[in-house]
Amino acid sequence: MNPVVRLSRRRFLALTGVSASGLLLGGLVSGESYAATHGSEASGQRLNLFVSLLEDGTVEIIAHRSEMGTGIRTSLPQVVADEMEADWARVKVVQALGDAAYGSQNTDGSRSIRNFYTTMRQMGAAAKQMLEAAAAERWGVPLEQCRAEQHRVLHSDGRALGFGELAAAAAQQEVPDPAALTLKSREQFRYIGRDVPMVDLHDITTGKAVYGADVTLPDMVYASIERTPHLGGRIASYDGTAARKVRGVLDVVELKAPEGAPGFNNVEGLAVIARNTWSALKGRKALQVKWTPSEHSEHNSEAYLDALQEKVRSGPGQVARERGDVDAALATAGKVIEAGYRTPYLAHAPMEPPVTIAVVRGEGCELWAPTQNPQATQAAVAAALGLDKAMVKVHVTLLGGGFGRKSKPDFSVEAARLAAHVGKPVQVAWTRGDDIRHDYYHSCSAMFLRAALDEEGNTTAWLARQATPPIGSTFDTSVNLMEDGDLSQTFGSVPFAVPNLRVESHEAPAHTRIGWLRSVYNIPFAFGVCSFVDELAHAAGRDPAEYWEAMIGEDRHLDFAPEGFEFSNYGRPIAEYPYDTARLKNVLRTLVANIPWGEKLPAGQGWGLAVTRSFLSYVAVASKVSVADGKLQVLEMHGVIDAGTVVNPDRVQAQMEGGMIFGLSVALLGQIDFEGGAVKQSNYHDYPVARIQHTPKTIRSHIVPSEALPAGVGEPGVPPVAPSIANAVFAATGKRIRELPLSQHFSV
Amino acid sequence: MTSFTLNGAAVEVEVPEGMPLLWVLRDELGLVGTKYGCGIAQCGACTVLFNGQAMRSCQLPISAVAGAEVLTIEGLGTPDDPHPVQQAWIDEQVAQCGYCQSGQVMQAAWFLSNNTDPSDAEIDAAMAGNLCRCGTYPRIRQAVRRAAEMLAAPVQTFDPLTDSGEG
Ligand code: FES
Ligand code: FES
Repeated sequence: MNPVVRLSRRRFLALTGVSASGLLLGGLVSGESYAATHGSEASGQRLNLFVSLLEDGTVEIIAHRSEMGTGIRTSLPQVVADEMEADWARVKVVQALGDAAYGSQNTDGSRSIRNFYTTMRQMGAAAKQMLEAAAAERWGVPLEQCRAEQHRVLHSDGRALGFGELAAAAAQQEVPDPAALTLKSREQFRYIGRDVPMVDLHDITTGKAVYGADVTLPDMVYASIERTPHLGGRIASYDGTAARKVRGVLDVVELKAPEGAPGFNNVEGLAVIARNTWSALKGRKALQVKWTPSEHSEHNSEAYLDALQEKVRSGPGQVARERGDVDAALATAGKVIEAGYRTPYLAHAPMEPPVTIAVVRGEGCELWAPTQNPQATQAAVAAALGLDKAMVKVHVTLLGGGFGRKSKPDFSVEAARLAAHVGKPVQVAWTRGDDIRHDYYHSCSAMFLRAALDEEGNTTAWLARQATPPIGSTFDTSVNLMEDGDLSQTFGSVPFAVPNLRVESHEAPAHTRIGWLRSVYNIPFAFGVCSFVDELAHAAGRDPAEYWEAMIGEDRHLDFAPEGFEFSNYGRPIAEYPYDTARLKNVLRTLVANIPWGEKLPAGQGWGLAVTRSFLSYVAVASKVSVADGKLQVLEMHGVIDAGTVVNPDRVQAQMEGGMIFGLSVALLGQIDFEGGAVKQSNYHDYPVARIQHTPKTIRSHIVPSEALPAGVGEPGVPPVAPSIANAVFAATGKRIRELPLSQHFSV
Repeated sequence: MTSFTLNGAAVEVEVPEGMPLLWVLRDELGLVGTKYGCGIAQCGACTVLFNGQAMRSCQLPISAVAGAEVLTIEGLGTPDDPHPVQQAWIDEQVAQCGYCQSGQVMQAAWFLSNNTDPSDAEIDAAMAGNLCRCGTYPRIRQAVRRAAEMLAAPVQTFDPLTDSGEG
């Protein structure tokens, strides 16, 4: 239950940036973080942090999560408006500043709807009840005789008052206890479950939408930064003379990096400050800079992955999960199948590269950034400049894609440091080259799987080992082993009903900044696991779809504890969101029922499928490919998602389409290589991502109707794609590809 | 000093030689609807119409723009009065993050000014240079088809340089 916290209206305005003309409704806040930061100031009126109401009837709803293409600036306010009985046409969405008052704003991990659905419903319902109470008071009638409907409160005798007319009085009402609120039943939903178009759709389509680099401040200067090519490098020497001579260049500034783990800090670099972007870029080309070597400056990704692969093949690692006796089962098995898989480093490459505008004035710093996590930006900038967090104000612009890159605020720290130095507003804009070469890379991975089959081809033992540099290394350089939380992403949490099972980890020290990318470790791990199940099916001479069902076994809720595995379940209690094998099998069955699975195909064509549970959603994907003259083409892709309750089906469809195409990039094209500690790729020509011509002619997704709690949507479409394609390639050609991307083996 | 026509109006700019039109638009003229995505003609985010033809503004030095007619997304249509291509984009709810969409819309507007009955293969070929990392391609295909139908309607005429979208 949320404790109610009081704060002054002025303070609320200062925090939220809501227009002062708005009258505010009493407040429900997620008490803990709010009390921690602002509790001492909490006094005065009760306010609703997410809803305000103007006298003209405009309802302002705060969007506290970042819009990077999922439609969240629409979907969460849509939930508030529904419970509030606000008319969507009169809703104005207001983007929140970074502030712990809102609870987590970290738009990451496919969490927005699943973590805020209920809170948003309460925000709307509380506002509605206060409007009803205000009308009851005005009319001198019992509250029970008043009910809000589409922006008006109606009395049973037919009288009505508009929301706008009630604004001032509603703001004076007691804030209801969230636990005592009556939320709508499903039949009463007006917007939840409907395809409400994105609030930014018109602006985006007409070029009016404001992204990071679109913010301009008076007197702003532009910075472009040459950064150390390998992790840990420092400026050994430099010559900025030629750069300073470039027309429009104002200064050349050393940007030091602090000691220790990379975290969210800037890496060391040399910044050219100029009057415009072009001069900054030209000046940067004229820089001469030498970097010190570091322990990472010999990193070669191919040799590194070879070594990891050898390690997982040749010896046992640290056991993360164990059931039965795998070794005994393997020793006595009629048939033993084994295979090694590997996946490369990947870059996020959102269409909008990282960018921030920062200005330091007096004691404070103000930033405009396309950030997925404004509170992390606030904290990192405060730490870098030695400021109190409260003195760092972060405005969130639209994001031109994020995929996890923009929850790491290193680029905002750069802007803040330069702004402090220059004393003027500074825009730090990354080039595409900067983005590809200085990412927090999606980890490479080496996997080894071994299974025992009995006479019928049933799997009796499953041994899975991997070595993958962990994300934890970015924050603590001593971390080099996957923990159960990491392995909870598919590899350690396989839902197989096999009698003997063991999951192991090998150490993999990081040599670059490792970060999370859309669906994270599920990418490599689903590729390994879902490819191997397909291999087992073929080894057993059985249909892969049927074999998957057999592997998953009977309907049950999985319990990992007895096997020594701490399943993190994407941060939610397993009792609340069980791992339900019935739902997993259901998406698989639904998928197979909706495609001509098993159809007779011409030579060189094949279907493949894969099924995963990630971010609490169940997804199955099937791909149909053709391989002719060494050219691989994906002809069709079909996805089925069970994400529980769905707020905006069209946006879920869009996320499935986008997720599957993101997966297509992973499957066919994505590869980052290191040589001498530096990334070899530099732009979309050598780090290609899927284009329209790679996109299957048929790409469909089906949403399983469900009343279960809402689950993740932004990421779960990605993991099954690559294995479904590799499995289809096998079906088409008999050739088993155990590494990504497939462009290493086919023209695509 | 370089003079050219921008969205129907005469403009003059004084910028360092070689500055690409993209940066002239964004940094000097404050028209930020045209986006940077790669700087090397690989992504199409910076697409404008240059003398009626879709061009990557990151590759157009200011010297080449002298005397030319340039149309950007801001000149194509407005939220209240969208161009048919923009209307089709809205109808199909194409955008996800939206960052690539100015370029996609400009590319499609140019393509459809020459071809209002495109085949699927022609659509893919015309849009091949425009990346969308969010993967809106299936809807881009649908929106191009829809816009083509709107533009092919007999009462409408279409000139990408002057048409405000009402046909
Ligand atoms: S920015 Fe011009 S094509 Fe990418
Ligand atoms: S909509 Fe995000 S890049 Fe195209």
